[in-house]
Amino acid sequence: MYDFNYKKASSIDEAVAAVTGVEEGKFMSGGMTLIPTLKQRLAKPSDVVDLGGIDELSGITVSGGTVSIGAMTRHAEVHYSADVKGAIPALAKLAGLIGDPMVRNRGTIGGSIAHADPAAELPAVLAVLGGKVTARSVRGERDIPASDLFTFHFTTSLEPDELLTEVWFPSVPATGGSAFIEVSRRHGDYALAGAACVVENGSCRLAFTGVGPTPVLVASDDPDAAAAAVSPADDIHATADYRRQLVRVLTTRAAAKARERAGVAT
Amino acid sequence: VSRRPVQITVNGLAHEREVEPRLLLSDFLRHELGLTGTHVGCEHGVCGCCTVRVDGQAVRSCLIFAVQTDGAEIETIEGLAPAGGELHPIQEAFRECHGLQCGFCTPGFVMAASAYLEEEQRADLTDEEVREAISGNLCRCTGYQNIVEAVKHAARSMYGGS
Repeated sequence: MYDFNYKKASSIDEAVAAVTGVEEGKFMSGGMTLIPTLKQRLAKPSDVVDLGGIDELSGITVSGGTVSIGAMTRHAEVHYSADVKGAIPALAKLAGLIGDPMVRNRGTIGGSIAHADPAAELPAVLAVLGGKVTARSVRGERDIPASDLFTFHFTTSLEPDELLTEVWFPSVPATGGSAFIEVSRRHGDYALAGAACVVENGSCRLAFTGVGPTPVLVASDDPDAAAAAVSPADDIHATADYRRQLVRVLTTRAAAKARERAGVAT
Repeated sequence: VSRRPVQITVNGLAHEREVEPRLLLSDFLRHELGLTGTHVGCEHGVCGCCTVRVDGQAVRSCLIFAVQTDGAEIETIEGLAPAGGELHPIQEAFRECHGLQCGFCTPGFVMAASAYLEEEQRADLTDEEVREAISGNLCRCTGYQNIVEAVKHAARSMYGGS
């Protein structure tokens, strides 16, 4: 691992100031992806800013039809939160599917979303719910809707000096339902394909992960329409055709689960 | 290369050192403190052999820098057994159920199990629950059946009453 300057920030202001004017600054939340990346010398930041000491970045608030989660909130906290489970069951469920217990104790919601792994679960749920994130830099604060956030594989519209501070998910109304289902080769692996589904006001929409450079949104529960919308790749784990077939199957299963939670007959 | 002062409590003993920011907690424990019970298998967050507890929570010590744990309380496998040569109930259960073969992965399994059992505080664990709890640990001898049995056995001896 290359050497780097280390700074432990105690506030958001301190963190964003610490990456300003340096050669290549990098925020570290849980480090569950960053540290392996550094070990493999795939990244060479001049300065690593540890967010682990910033209390104002952690916490879950449910109010006015919105669940807002601080960027440093760990996956385990999201998974076990009764508030999240009540407002968006699919979000609580999928937080428990990320990695394994040790990863969920360290990994954070903000880190996962800012990393924008095309196979990650959280971006799909943020996309299907039409959520947004708040970002802060020394220039100020702005909100970025999910539809503008994910731009390509591992790429977001966040500027290099912007810190993702909070993630906002619209709650699923009591008359609606949500579901998240994925298929992976082994327990805890990244999904070959995953589907997040929301049913509300009589309409059904889905977002898929692992089958395109960014989450793929589909505004219906037609399995063939979903299969046509995704652009999966061949790799050692599965062929593109197999993933496309998974998308058909997951569409049906996720929609049925979300409808069941909404109390709608399938 | 700049070093930073850290104060880390390991198994109840406070240690003060100056470390490079890139020093992993696993290497800090093994090389700085000589606590080689924490094993390093894959070194990239897959095998779980290096599992320790940081402020009570099970974490991979190969995926956290020592500087991140400045001020924290760490528990390693060396701190588990009480003084006097007795085994901790989890260690006793692994012995009783033959929950180890080569033993390389064992410290990680035992530390993951200790965090899980203390959180659950119940005797009636199912196979499914135990398998989820140890899903971040790999045993390349593939002795999982007996490891699951050992964790259930430990749960009964710790929380099963008399």
